[in-house]
Amino acid sequence: MKPINSMRLSFEGKSVNEAFARTAVAAFVTQLDPTIEELSDIRTAVSEAVTNCIVHGYRDRIGTVYITANILTDNRITIRIRDKGCGIADIEKAMEPMFTTAPNEERAGLGFAVMQSLMDKVRVTSKEGRGTTVVLTRRISCKEA
Amino acid sequence: MAVTIDIAQEIMTAHIIGDIDHHNAKEMRETIDDNVIKSQVKELELDFRDVSFMDSSGIGLVMGRYKLMQETGGTLKLINVSGHIKKVMRLAGLDRLAIMDKPSHGEKGGKEA
Repeated sequence: MKPINSMRLSFEGKSVNEAFARTAVAAFVTQLDPTIEELSDIRTAVSEAVTNCIVHGYRDRIGTVYITANILTDNRITIRIRDKGCGIADIEKAMEPMFTTAPNEERAGLGFAVMQSLMDKVRVTSKEGRGTTVVLTRRISCKEA
Repeated sequence: MAVTIDIAQEIMTAHIIGDIDHHNAKEMRETIDDNVIKSQVKELELDFRDVSFMDSSGIGLVMGRYKLMQETGGTLKLINVSGHIKKVMRLAGLDRLAIMDKPSHGEKGGKEA
């Protein structure tokens, strides 16, 4: 489906930019007139995906995080969050609740579980040594009078 | 200051301010843990009244403090949890782990410490 609006964003994978990323995406989504809850869900899922890029993708360096967001005609938003970091060897394992490769971060290993609970669809593609792409899809409810 | 600490008798209230994400969580947990260990309180209350956002870093923060209080034989209580914060906590089943409640003393959190 052809998007009716889109935006692109790239920024350094520094943890201070996590707040910037989720706020920027939320600001873009605002044009669909989402509820506060829908906006919070999107902000949270984006925060999880961006943090994964920073903590896992670029675990030993600072790399660039890329976000593309598309608004589709049926009130759907797709958000693509990508890093060119180390990649994930076993995606299925990585998406298991409580599984984490960085226990010292104390982040519970629930990043993907939270994304899946809050979004309609979460698609992960990854190549070891090349990076990881997460695509989040969420339909925004229509509020017709 | 992302966390302000109030200690009244055996209860310590950690009033968390702002967004709990990966960027802020480390400093928050260090402040809380330092104070819990130093003052050896029996009950830790995490006050979410001024938390504007939380992702799974917040879940980790709560789970870690739950473990700490278990180790020291104390209890953990989560107060003023509402809306989006409550939703994220329920996703992780934190409402089964810690007591989620209204504050046990004074609405604005006692300043006597």
